[in-house]
Amino acid sequence: MRHRAAVAALTLIGAVVFGARLQMQEHPVTPAWGASGDIQSLHVQGNVHLLVGAGGNIAVQAGDEGVLIVDTGLPQFAEKTLAAIRKLSDKPIRYIINTHFHSDHTGGNEVIGKAGSTIQGNPTAIIAHENVLKRMSAPTGEVSPTPVAAWPTSSYVKGSRDFFFNDESVMVFHDDAGHTDGDSIVHFRRSDVLMAGDVFLTTSYPVIDLANGGGVQGVINGLNHLLDLAVPKHAQEGGTYIISGHGRVADEADVLEYRDMVTIVRDRIKDAIGRGRTLDQVKAERLTIDYDRHYGSQTGNWTTAMFIEAIYKDLSPKRPESRK
Amino acid sequence: MILTGEWSPRYHEDQPDRIPGPELGDYTGLPLTEGARVAADTWSASRLTVPEHQCKVHIAPYIYRGPMRFRAWEEKDPQTQRTIAIKHYINTYEQERTIWMDGRAHPPEWAPHTWQGFSTGEWQGDILVVTTTHIKSEWIRRNGVPNSDQSMMIEHFIRHGNVLTHNVYWVDPVYLTEPLVRAEEFVLNEKSGGGDWLWPCEYVEEVAERPRDEVPHFLPGKSPYLGDFAYRYGIPIDAANGGAETMYPEYMEKLRKLPKAPKPVVQP
Repeated sequence: MRHRAAVAALTLIGAVVFGARLQMQEHPVTPAWGASGDIQSLHVQGNVHLLVGAGGNIAVQAGDEGVLIVDTGLPQFAEKTLAAIRKLSDKPIRYIINTHFHSDHTGGNEVIGKAGSTIQGNPTAIIAHENVLKRMSAPTGEVSPTPVAAWPTSSYVKGSRDFFFNDESVMVFHDDAGHTDGDSIVHFRRSDVLMAGDVFLTTSYPVIDLANGGGVQGVINGLNHLLDLAVPKHAQEGGTYIISGHGRVADEADVLEYRDMVTIVRDRIKDAIGRGRTLDQVKAERLTIDYDRHYGSQTGNWTTAMFIEAIYKDLSPKRPESRK
Repeated sequence: MILTGEWSPRYHEDQPDRIPGPELGDYTGLPLTEGARVAADTWSASRLTVPEHQCKVHIAPYIYRGPMRFRAWEEKDPQTQRTIAIKHYINTYEQERTIWMDGRAHPPEWAPHTWQGFSTGEWQGDILVVTTTHIKSEWIRRNGVPNSDQSMMIEHFIRHGNVLTHNVYWVDPVYLTEPLVRAEEFVLNEKSGGGDWLWPCEYVEEVAERPRDEVPHFLPGKSPYLGDFAYRYGIPIDAANGGAETMYPEYMEKLRKLPKAPKPVVQP
């Protein structure tokens, strides 16, 4: 019993030291600090800084030529985001890159885009995969879901786009059908920082937006692409840093654990489908139990049940469309 | 108290766990969550053949358990001669660990995690008390029992002459239901200079034809090793499966009443 008493005493110390973190937490896609509106910056490496607090994570690459932003956060925090960017650099904002079309990553496009300009004097160039433009815009005569000023002005169609800015190569890669069908990851090659977008989250299971072209295999492919690009400095640590779509800064080892998790869950659900299990039966089998306390949630906009359902639907044999 | 010097471990405590390494399915004495047990039961050692897994480092709460030794020194502010940090160079995986002694705060939640985490220390009398956060995911036991990146650790370094006691109090809200407490002993090397302090690691392609999206693991209930440990040593499955209850002396009474593990049946 003395041992138990000692453990109890240490537990009390730990509770004081670590506070609420000892308690089981819900894990929404965006942690409280990620969408608080209190925009905080962290120097990641080289020219690249992270901004958190505006919804999705934002990368800021700043140098003599100006400022490049990857993702722009929620619209309600656009002015605060702009102020946070201005604390890092007063140079012109030349480029915005959107990793996908969701509003927590594109919501500041209009405000931040208008605050900057291209060298020719046009509004800041907004680079994204063409499917982002398709999702944010609408055909002539129809009402678009976002204002014209927020749309990508420089969309790319094929697998990648690259250019040189602030003394380094900026590589933009498209991985199809992952989080959405318009995902991009961005590699700042000299700084050695990757911006992953929502294909990699440290706070929740990956959001697989089936309605907008996402899929579990695409998420795995995207994570493997990150692993291919990342090079650790020493003993699987450091080197290339990876900014998650939501959550913390990571390196290859962190992406590896996440890739393993998504792959293992995919395999389990695929096996269950092969055994003829219904969606309800799959949920009852608790096939994600080893990851739920880390990435799962019973409430919020992306629950464990939704994650399982998305994979189940994605992997289930597709019924042929009925003839019109 | 000065901890400077080269320290070598003594393995008399928990030797089977620390040197040859634990057997698959041995979760005895660990306050595991149900999820941790599933993770370990579905873990395959083949995971370590994946190139990115090959040079993974033991995290701070674990690295002092295994084959290792470490060199400790203090870094001083040249102006004030106050101790800024206590450093450990650990030969396993060539890890350099910093324990900040200057009162600085821990990084924000969005900062990177490392194998050795971010540590701050303070002297409580002659005991160095170290708090570590920002630890990477790895394992609690070297047989697939996972550790999450939400884990934290408090250590006590207690010197008795040339013997150093290292107590670890390990919290993981994901995979532990209660804190895990462990201890190791080290002895000061009075004749320094020998031995190998290097641990170079480069990955190799061990399975050339493996698809990029293949991760070795067993589906739930399909590991051929399930129940093997408990059966081989004649202990109840309940005890082998661990859980907080199995850490305490009172469990011995319950243990005597439990049936020994049956011969495992490999699932097709």
